[in-house]
Amino acid sequence: MAFEFPNEENAQYKIKDKYQNFIGGEWVDPVDGEYFDNESPVIGQVVSQVPRSKQADVDNAVKAAHEAQKSWGKTSPAERSMVLLKIADKVEEHLEELAVLETFENGKAVRETLNADLPLVVDHYRYFAGVIRAQEGSISQLDEDTVAYHFHEPLGVVGQIIPWNFPLLMAAWKIAPALAAGNSIVLKPAEQTPTTILHFAELIQDIVPKGVLNIVNGFGAEAGQALATHQDINKIAFTGETTTGRIIMQNASQNIIPVTLELGGKSPNIFAKDVMDADDGYLDKAIEGLVMFALNQGEVCTCPSRALIHEDIYDEFMERVIKRVEEIKVGNPLDENTMMGAQTSREQKEKITSYLDIGRKEGAEILTGGNVKEMDGELGEGYYIEPTIFKGNNKMRIFQEEIFGPVLAVATYKDDEEALEIANDTMYGLGAGVWTRSQNRAYRFGRAIQAGRVWVNTYHDYPAHAAFGGYKMSGIGRENHLMMLSHYQQTKNLLISYGESPKGFF
Amino acid sequence: MTADNKSVDATQSAKDLIRELKEEHGELVFHQSGGCCDGSSPMCLKKDMIIIGPADVKLGEIEGVEFYMHRQQYEYWKHTKLTVDVVKGNGGMFSVEGPRGVRFHIRSEPK
Repeated sequence: MAFEFPNEENAQYKIKDKYQNFIGGEWVDPVDGEYFDNESPVIGQVVSQVPRSKQADVDNAVKAAHEAQKSWGKTSPAERSMVLLKIADKVEEHLEELAVLETFENGKAVRETLNADLPLVVDHYRYFAGVIRAQEGSISQLDEDTVAYHFHEPLGVVGQIIPWNFPLLMAAWKIAPALAAGNSIVLKPAEQTPTTILHFAELIQDIVPKGVLNIVNGFGAEAGQALATHQDINKIAFTGETTTGRIIMQNASQNIIPVTLELGGKSPNIFAKDVMDADDGYLDKAIEGLVMFALNQGEVCTCPSRALIHEDIYDEFMERVIKRVEEIKVGNPLDENTMMGAQTSREQKEKITSYLDIGRKEGAEILTGGNVKEMDGELGEGYYIEPTIFKGNNKMRIFQEEIFGPVLAVATYKDDEEALEIANDTMYGLGAGVWTRSQNRAYRFGRAIQAGRVWVNTYHDYPAHAAFGGYKMSGIGRENHLMMLSHYQQTKNLLISYGESPKGFF
Repeated sequence: MTADNKSVDATQSAKDLIRELKEEHGELVFHQSGGCCDGSSPMCLKKDMIIIGPADVKLGEIEGVEFYMHRQQYEYWKHTKLTVDVVKGNGGMFSVEGPRGVRFHIRSEPK
């Protein structure tokens, strides 16, 4: 079944022609009255108008957040937990609607938004509703009459800049812990995917107190920069790329505020020789594990975009892999049978195309795909790319850069030592995969790969309660886990003497 | 550190855009990004937005605008020659051309 395009008259779930900012619990026009065109990558056409916010809009949002924070910062964990639970219930009630809108805005296949993105969003709010209830401060008895108490306090008003690859899920990863910890938020969505978060805000506007969550759309160079450089925020969180991550840290250093960053990766996915010891369900799972590079059109920070395959199994293993890749149905993202949809934006399609070009020019061999996927009819102007596999070596640019598309670079290795060397030969360290029937090999690889998340005999799982974050240039902080609370909390230490005698110094 | 030979150039449309952006924003600098989402693209920034330092390699200048890349990234890119181009698009984080509906874009050739 295919859902109607949400810009069509008879669509079950509809987008709006024009959107506003959400500031102080109200829907407001941008101060300058300017808007920008928002395209759907599914059809490559402008489908709505979105506020082109600037400094004044961000100032208003930060002010509203500070006003709200006066009471929100004093709420009990039980109250905040209830808010998060209600958000989760509301998203669950409207799951199909949000999934369809998200697909139309981002281009990803609706089977993913229905079965992965949105269920994970729901669970993420529930998870942080749970952990905040269970969080305890600590008490240290320093001597008989002296006690140190450690209290968790919110940081205050936090700025969050969200990427476009999982708009609602990445927002949930940031909103849930920040609200659980008692902070108010000014959130800037990516300009490529600015509207689904506004549909989300509409659904929850009566659940979250006014001003606790503010959403300001606009260009990075205007609204994003205004938020990142704002003097009155108490923390900034960003998911995106390295240059901006660095600028955000640099600005945070001027105001001495904490920062969390998730900046991507170039994740190795290692397939040991023993993967092919039997032709069984496990082998089938491992083949699927390699094909995971095509999930979300490859627009995932942890895309397993470098497959390292033991040379003894390469031919036989790849024969089966390529067959599986060639079975990927690329098409209308709103059709539930479609396996891979559109790239999120025109510039993203251009960037991927340039990597297909340099891959060829550097002499990498195309095993399958390698081209823009031409589509017919309404999809003709959309942004589609064929799932592509290159064979080459780790020094090639396609092995070292985040292409953020359905493009896999494959190399062989002769022994575990060489596999590890190749795996770690990258500036990034976010995700990695290891496929082996040997527990000991899995453990050794898992500990030695310099990445914050190593999946063993699985890939692309993002459950709440498993820490996610990067080594090396992939960033700072661990999301998706209760330890993220510490990134949104201040520690207050009360050091109390219950003794009644002077120290005797003076 | 400066790259040994001329490592970066630009198409005419990129050069024209850079001149316009200089008129609008004043001094600019390019920094080649890496990583997630808008990564792997050149960021054209107001010069005071980013502190360029010993971690960076200068690849050259385009229309008087210096082009830098992080040293670690340069190690993986140095065997290729870069051409800055312009494509249509909305993204680009703090890159100043974003609001014009265009995006600087990198094309590459082996040296």
